[in-house]
Amino acid sequence: MAIYLKGVMVALKGLPRTLQVSAFALVVGIVLGLFLALAKMSGSKVLKVLASVYIEVIRSTPMIAQALIMAYGVPMILQSKGINFKWGNLLIPALIVCGLNSAAYMAEVIRSGIQAIDKGQIEAAHSLGMSKRQVNMLIVLPQAFKIVIPALVNELVTLIKETSILAYVGVVEVIRSAQLWNATTFETFPAYVGAAVVYFIVCFPMSKGVQYLEKRLSADKPVKKSETEKSEGKGGIR
Amino acid sequence: MIEAKNIHKHFTDLHAVKGVSITVKDGDVLSIIGPSGSGKSTFLRCLNHLETPDGGEVYVDGELVTEDNLQNVRAKMAMVFQNFNLFDNLTVLGNITVAPIHVRKQSKEEAEKRAMELLKLVGLEEKAHVYPRNLSGGQKQRVAIARALAMDPEVILFDEPTSALDPEMVGEVLEVMKKLAASGMTMLVVTHEMGFAREVSDEVIFMDAGEIVESGDSEEIFGNPKTERLKAFLNKVLK
Ligand SMILES: Nc1ncnc2c1ncn2[C@@H]1O[C@H](COP(=O)(O)OP(=O)(O)O)[C@@H](O)[C@H]1O
Ligand SMILES: [Mg+2]
Repeated sequence: MAIYLKGVMVALKGLPRTLQVSAFALVVGIVLGLFLALAKMSGSKVLKVLASVYIEVIRSTPMIAQALIMAYGVPMILQSKGINFKWGNLLIPALIVCGLNSAAYMAEVIRSGIQAIDKGQIEAAHSLGMSKRQVNMLIVLPQAFKIVIPALVNELVTLIKETSILAYVGVVEVIRSAQLWNATTFETFPAYVGAAVVYFIVCFPMSKGVQYLEKRLSADKPVKKSETEKSEGKGGIR
Repeated sequence: MIEAKNIHKHFTDLHAVKGVSITVKDGDVLSIIGPSGSGKSTFLRCLNHLETPDGGEVYVDGELVTEDNLQNVRAKMAMVFQNFNLFDNLTVLGNITVAPIHVRKQSKEEAEKRAMELLKLVGLEEKAHVYPRNLSGGQKQRVAIARALAMDPEVILFDEPTSALDPEMVGEVLEVMKKLAASGMTMLVVTHEMGFAREVSDEVIFMDAGEIVESGDSEEIFGNPKTERLKAFLNKVLK
């Protein structure tokens, strides 16, 4: 039993890094995702196409490929062009990839939230002389964010689990901690069970929290129930 | 004064509004009646460009409405909608003050003081801090009227303000509208409430199939209709 506890403790040492990367990716994802969502819904064809291409490329390729390209591929191609480039710290490409990756998923979540807002309220806001920007900031986005909070938390859960692939690009997070311990002790089973336990301890309460939030939101607004259900499904498809 | 000249609006192959012109003098109440689908809402929404007209001009106090002055003009032409369209994320007070604060640049105190006066006018002072989801339909519409009034508009456009209400709540909203009419507010009202239209209108317009078929003061329209189409319509709705 002690060896399993040890496995959990080892994996726990990688947890701060996992959470750090996930939190960073969440924030970048929301901000960049908001811009992508607005671009996709804008009147400009160029912006629409650019945002769509970005979103589809990210969503249709695995994050491990994106991470390998960013961490190892990019320095290599630059060096072959005679530019002396090297990542000072492999955490940097990891952060960039996770942020860019989550933005593509957040964009779709946020867009569905914005589109769920009652068009009548938008018209009312315009009829009072508000600018497009004011309508967005004062009426649309506050409501859209409330609708998408459960989906955003789902995204965070997915992100936390997804960052495990960073073990392959030199980031010592939960999985990499377990791998390193396994390499010296050969306690393979306790090492990886320990890692799994750590993910579960973090992710399970968050998933439960989402269910609670969804119940509360749909109790607030019985009419909009189908829309929260819609956004719910979008979280985990990777 | 509001003037619309020869307004046209198409939806793909449907010609919904076919050259409608009106003039509303300050302090007048103009009612628009007609069967559903006749283009009344579309015409009203062309006035503040919620629908961009394909042809014709709108003047507010002699100023031509264009894409450039649209925000200014809209602030002078408040609108009350059939489905209330209150902002779900704001309290009653927030609904009434948001545009005065952000569009009219009033201070929060000033806007809230005025909002409380308006809530008193519509009989809902005690609901200031409540969210729209906790109001009845009639209460929502009275808040929407207060929200419109908070902009100190030159005119208020009403699009069937009582059509989404349970019958027992129609009266409370019409009461408020009558009070406004009596106070000299300029109003354009699309309505199915013939009693109300007859009582408060200075002018009534009957629209059918995207056109004005007949217009006149309320006695002419309701007491002495001339066209067959208006007679048939009144027969149907007054039964
Ligand atoms: N956004 C729209 N797109 C397409 N058709 C529309 C739209 N809005 C209204 N219409 C059509 O235009 C006609 C006039 O509608 P409307 O102005 O709402 O009539 P009313 O208010 O008199 O009932 C109807 O046939 C309606 O279906
Ligand atoms: Mg209508």
